[in-house]
Amino acid sequence: MNEPATEAATAPERRARRGAATFWSDRLFRVTAVVCASVLGFLVLFFGYELWQSSTLSIRTFGWRFWISQEWDPVRERYGALPFIWGTLVTSIAALLLAVPLSLGTAIFIAEVAPRWLRQPVSFVVELLAAIPSVVYGLWGVFVMVPWLREHVQVPIARRFGQIPLFEGPAFGVSMMSAILILAVMIIPYITAVSREVILAVPQSQREASYGLGATRWETIRRVVLRYARVGILGGIILGYGRAVGETMAVTMVIGNRPDITMSLLQPGYTMASVIANEFTEATSPLYLSALTELGLLLFIITLLINALARFLVWRVTRGEVRH
Amino acid sequence: MLRKGATFWSVLVLASSLVIAGCAPKKESTTTTGAPTKIQITGAGSTFVNPIMSRWSSEYEKLAGVQVNYQSIGSGGGIQQFKEGTIDFGATDVTVSEEEEKSFTRSFVQFPVVAGTVAIVYNLPGFTENLKLTPAVLVDIFLGKIKKWNDPRLSLLNPGVNLPNMDIVVVHRSDGSGTTYILTDYLSTVSEEWKQKVGRGKSVSWPVGVGGKGNEGVTGQVKQLPGAVGYVELNYARQNNLTFAAIQNTAGTFVLPSQETGAEATRVAVERLKTDIRSSVVNMPGGNSYPITGFVYVLVDKQPKDAAKGAEVKKFFEWVLKEGQKMAGELDYVPLADEAVQMSLAKLAEVP
Repeated sequence: MNEPATEAATAPERRARRGAATFWSDRLFRVTAVVCASVLGFLVLFFGYELWQSSTLSIRTFGWRFWISQEWDPVRERYGALPFIWGTLVTSIAALLLAVPLSLGTAIFIAEVAPRWLRQPVSFVVELLAAIPSVVYGLWGVFVMVPWLREHVQVPIARRFGQIPLFEGPAFGVSMMSAILILAVMIIPYITAVSREVILAVPQSQREASYGLGATRWETIRRVVLRYARVGILGGIILGYGRAVGETMAVTMVIGNRPDITMSLLQPGYTMASVIANEFTEATSPLYLSALTELGLLLFIITLLINALARFLVWRVTRGEVRH
Repeated sequence: MLRKGATFWSVLVLASSLVIAGCAPKKESTTTTGAPTKIQITGAGSTFVNPIMSRWSSEYEKLAGVQVNYQSIGSGGGIQQFKEGTIDFGATDVTVSEEEEKSFTRSFVQFPVVAGTVAIVYNLPGFTENLKLTPAVLVDIFLGKIKKWNDPRLSLLNPGVNLPNMDIVVVHRSDGSGTTYILTDYLSTVSEEWKQKVGRGKSVSWPVGVGGKGNEGVTGQVKQLPGAVGYVELNYARQNNLTFAAIQNTAGTFVLPSQETGAEATRVAVERLKTDIRSSVVNMPGGNSYPITGFVYVLVDKQPKDAAKGAEVKKFFEWVLKEGQKMAGELDYVPLADEAVQMSLAKLAEVP
């Protein structure tokens, strides 16, 4: 809020002090930045338009039924998106619920608790997780995580809690649970890295003031540091969520690819990104292609909605802060 | 103001002209400078044919000095690219249908170049025997009607084998694939119920089971999941030491997938292909023919835009049909029977 104000005040002075050359380089820079930003904006618009354009056939054929139908039958050309929407939302939200506490804990540890010499190694390890290609996560999931999970977690759970819909058996190994776990591992580095930077950026004076008032370390972290950093942390969470929603390869390899709406974490599911990746290459009929593109459009809209919701949250939170 | 604006625009123009200049020579180098030194032909399509196609192209390059670039983007993509004329030949696991052909602006021939068998693989711990399956039992397993390995119908077919009381888990391909087409084509041929409920296609709405991505995905899940049953190309089953079933053919014999039983099926299939190249080739009669066998077809232009290139494509496939077949067996494909080779050569002869 106050940044542009200070810049407006100092800019004319600077212009006066320095030569015309600086002024022109400033202008050039400004134009370049505007061009870059508008290219991005244009790209998003163009992308949305293209998706809309290519899915008109499917939209015209199925209308709103596409959103609520559970049938996905390429042989009879009947397509519905609901199982895929369900799979995408359930896996990404559950992964977020797992990843956020873990990431925040790690970020706080790195920024506030760990001795200085330990910060770099821990950060490095976390960031290394982000550098692993998703197909490697998928292969690890298929050959290591899924068999282990099935034998040591899913089979015992199904045996003991099989009556609860959430854990209804049989245990296949590949399941919503596997997808959620692998997604959580994949988004942890993003949320951790952003949160750590934001926490480190909290001015030292804030902490000192809190300690000065007699607060303990935990109270300082919770009431002062996290409170100060919350907008940035929310940004990190949105970034992680975006990744979870769009992740394709690793999820496809462990989710079981079954377009069913299931309450059970042990049952296979399907996500929008996965079905597009799976079926696009061999989709030949125009309606089939169009239906797959409409799934892409839905994914696009859902991502936009979630981003808007998160922005709204940020706005609510910061507005509350001003009033305080 | 005007001058400064001009500076900016001149920078922009300069930059864009550099980009354009950077692109232009590249395009030329592939067409003009590439042509006299080495002829390149490009193809795309079926992933199933990729291993043998890369073998063929490397052998052929050594032999004739012609480079064959093949991109395994999937049969659907191959047909699409061929239709748009961006490639010299397409390869597909399923023939181009009459309807699809109507949308083509150019005339082409399609003919088989190699065949493959689909193995029914399963994982029963401590169990290495080849189970015997009838078409009816196979259909009911994939329909989810037979749920346990010790189902009386399975025990009846396999006397003396102690089948475990274990759930059957069907593992199918999650990605669209020619392998799925061959299997569902077979199931639709032998069962009216399957045809009505599910049908044939590269992706179908499976009544039961979980989906694995690619042959390797299905292989991985069958290997890890006790009680699983799936279907993969024979070479994947062999390389991964999966046990596979003997399927009862129309003559009543239980046959295992192999080069010989596959070749036998292709020999019988040729008679049908001669009358209609699009006819289904699964469930072929013949005492020793494996019923779940399919061809890979190649699409070649009848009036190529570039006549010299067209001639090279023709020469390459003549070599593939004659010499190339020997290599097919080494990679666990089914080499075409002589009758099939003759038919394909006759088709290829339609290309000038």
